[in-house]
Amino acid sequence: MELALNEEQRMIRDAALEVLAALSDSAAVRRAMENDGGFDGALWARLGAELGWCGIGLPEAEGGLGLGRLEQALLLEALGEHLACVPLFATAVLAGEALVQAADPAARREWLPALAAGEQRATLAWAGLQQPGAATGVEARRDGASLSLTGRVDYVLDGAGADWLLVPARIDGDLALCRVAADAPGVSRQALTTLDPTRTVASLALEAAPAECLGEGAGVAEGLARARDLARLALAAEQLGVAQRCLELSVAYTGERLQFGRPIAAFQAIKHRCAEMMVRVEEARSAVYGAAATITEEPAAAPREAAMAKSVADEAAFFCAQEAIQLHGGVGFTWEYDPHLYFKRAQANGAWLGRCDALLAELADTLLGPAEGEPPCR
Amino acid sequence: MSLSVESTDTTTDAEQAFRREVADWLAANLTGEFAVLRHRGGPGDEEAYPALRKAWERHLAAAGWSCVGWPVEHGGRGLDVARQVIFHEEYARAGGPGRMGHIGVGLLGPTLIAHGTDEQRRRFLPGIREGREFWAQGYSEPGAGSDLAALRTRAELDSARGEWRLSGQKVWTSLAHEAQWIFVLARCEPGSTGREGLCFLLVPLDQPGVTIRPIRQISGGCEFNEVFFDDARTAAEHIVGAPGEGWRIAMALLGFERGLSTLGQQMHFTQEVELICRVARDNGAARSPALRERLARAWAGLRVMRYNALRMLAGGEQGGLSREALIYKYYWSNWHRDLGKLAMDVLGHTGNLVDEQDEAHRRLQQLFLFTRADTIYAGSNEIQLNIIAERGLGMPREPRGQA
Repeated sequence: MELALNEEQRMIRDAALEVLAALSDSAAVRRAMENDGGFDGALWARLGAELGWCGIGLPEAEGGLGLGRLEQALLLEALGEHLACVPLFATAVLAGEALVQAADPAARREWLPALAAGEQRATLAWAGLQQPGAATGVEARRDGASLSLTGRVDYVLDGAGADWLLVPARIDGDLALCRVAADAPGVSRQALTTLDPTRTVASLALEAAPAECLGEGAGVAEGLARARDLARLALAAEQLGVAQRCLELSVAYTGERLQFGRPIAAFQAIKHRCAEMMVRVEEARSAVYGAAATITEEPAAAPREAAMAKSVADEAAFFCAQEAIQLHGGVGFTWEYDPHLYFKRAQANGAWLGRCDALLAELADTLLGPAEGEPPCR
Repeated sequence: MSLSVESTDTTTDAEQAFRREVADWLAANLTGEFAVLRHRGGPGDEEAYPALRKAWERHLAAAGWSCVGWPVEHGGRGLDVARQVIFHEEYARAGGPGRMGHIGVGLLGPTLIAHGTDEQRRRFLPGIREGREFWAQGYSEPGAGSDLAALRTRAELDSARGEWRLSGQKVWTSLAHEAQWIFVLARCEPGSTGREGLCFLLVPLDQPGVTIRPIRQISGGCEFNEVFFDDARTAAEHIVGAPGEGWRIAMALLGFERGLSTLGQQMHFTQEVELICRVARDNGAARSPALRERLARAWAGLRVMRYNALRMLAGGEQGGLSREALIYKYYWSNWHRDLGKLAMDVLGHTGNLVDEQDEAHRRLQQLFLFTRADTIYAGSNEIQLNIIAERGLGMPREPRGQA
């Protein structure tokens, strides 16, 4: 297995960082979060429709570029580094992978191309993302040829902005992958106020909302579990970008800030903290790139590799974000400086799609055999 | 879950055949008198069976396995990177004993091949390769640890007798009591300071001017020594590089220390994690949620180290140290030290009892004690963080001390 980036992968990363440095700097992020609820429409048009970023990891047969997990991870890392206010994760990873992994071939052909082309926004509304094995909270009713959904999902990424939503629901006891249009009758979406202002979240309520079934049978639950693993990997890549940016901000600030007649970066107490951040960043980079390459070669390894990568990257991101605040001193506590934005993103990402303790408990189960007693709430 | 870290996912058919060849040879030869050597020796256990382990070095050499990475023209096997990695992995997987010859094979040999004279290579390489001559490393001194350039051992050329005369003291000298030779970094230009004015000498240990005194460690054993030079002698031609070039040679040698044995080391780590998991399942510690979480973290660390090493191997040609290479020593040593504590917590109160008959028990206690050295030798944590900050992040350099 090669773990050095090849020329194409380096180009993807460098091009992504260049575009985001120009279009998603701190001022742009702040405009989007303060005026537009954390959605940068112009940036989304550029990345999605013009540059085709949503298609990177999606299959070629359905309009994607069919590149590997590592290429997709590089994009998400860059998006995390810039806190880009676009629903690429919701559209390309959550909805895209749910379709790829759990929908029928005909449904994939129908719905994936518009996602890959960045023409539509979609998301996955499923309580099982957060808690494997949880009840879906959504019931389906079939009446002849028509299907309707009733229930709630409390935490849906980009739920208010999506053009349509994938909603796993029980049909006669089995999990099915269903699709509802955002403007269908019986669909109500409530944008939620979030501590992390750079990503939008909504709750979804369905009251006999008309839906269509895109996949049924035993394969759906397994497919959604695979989609969840791939989403964990993608979020881990985002966390890597968060950690990396916090390190860069800290090195830059401590190099400029003068006290006792010299830059505080000259003090070993500061140097060692930045060095420790770099250790965590490279640890996370090895975890994410390694997991991405392994999952590309060996899809069956996804559960353990994704749990490993996300647990490592979550801790790296939070560690680096809290260090960035500390190393910025007083200004690190202000709204004006950026560390708090990364701090909030790191925490929100870490608490979603499997908290670190839950991921480690999953790894321990495979390592040591199942734990005794009731599984804790994860 | 498979804990496996081997690189089978990378390999060609020919490499897999080579892997089988190594594994088969080790299985057939770590038997009979050598069977007791499995999983013995190495850091923390260097006092185990020294004579038998030297015989094992000769046994390896007779089959051409002693210096697998050396070029063929110097008597090595000339293996490419992938096959060297495979050799180290299989050696570790089979429980091959810690190499008595590793300082010669891994450090001095490559240094002589790169920087020695033809005569030095003719004189010293065969003894290393054949397991006849063993080496010790004379760098650190009581006043020169992290600040190695503060060293004070003096060397003076006695032109009339064609000999170097040495006076001074080295410390933390692994296996000096089992070695015939030592390479010594010494100050040969009176009045010089820091990295200037040093020389790199090859010195026989068996002579009146050399006294070796063991140092007892926290594990109770004595693998390190103090080595005193009191007008010790070595031939004038036993200098590598020119007088004054000692620092350059010494640093080149340290470059060989971060070698391909990294993935072999990881195979040892994997075996340690497997052993701890087995003990935890047997004694019920695996029921503790807190210990389960720590074991899962240890496993995640194994994956990180494997991927980090693959990044290092793939990017190793650029000269200088890549970011992943810069963090590696700090990362593995702290992971390993934490693993030692985890091992003892899994053992529980019986971890306090010494039981030489229980091999697993003994290995875990050794892990607990000896890993305290990991974050100190070969660049302490504090020095590693300085290096990372300065070279990796471009932060201001520490002021250089005056010798």
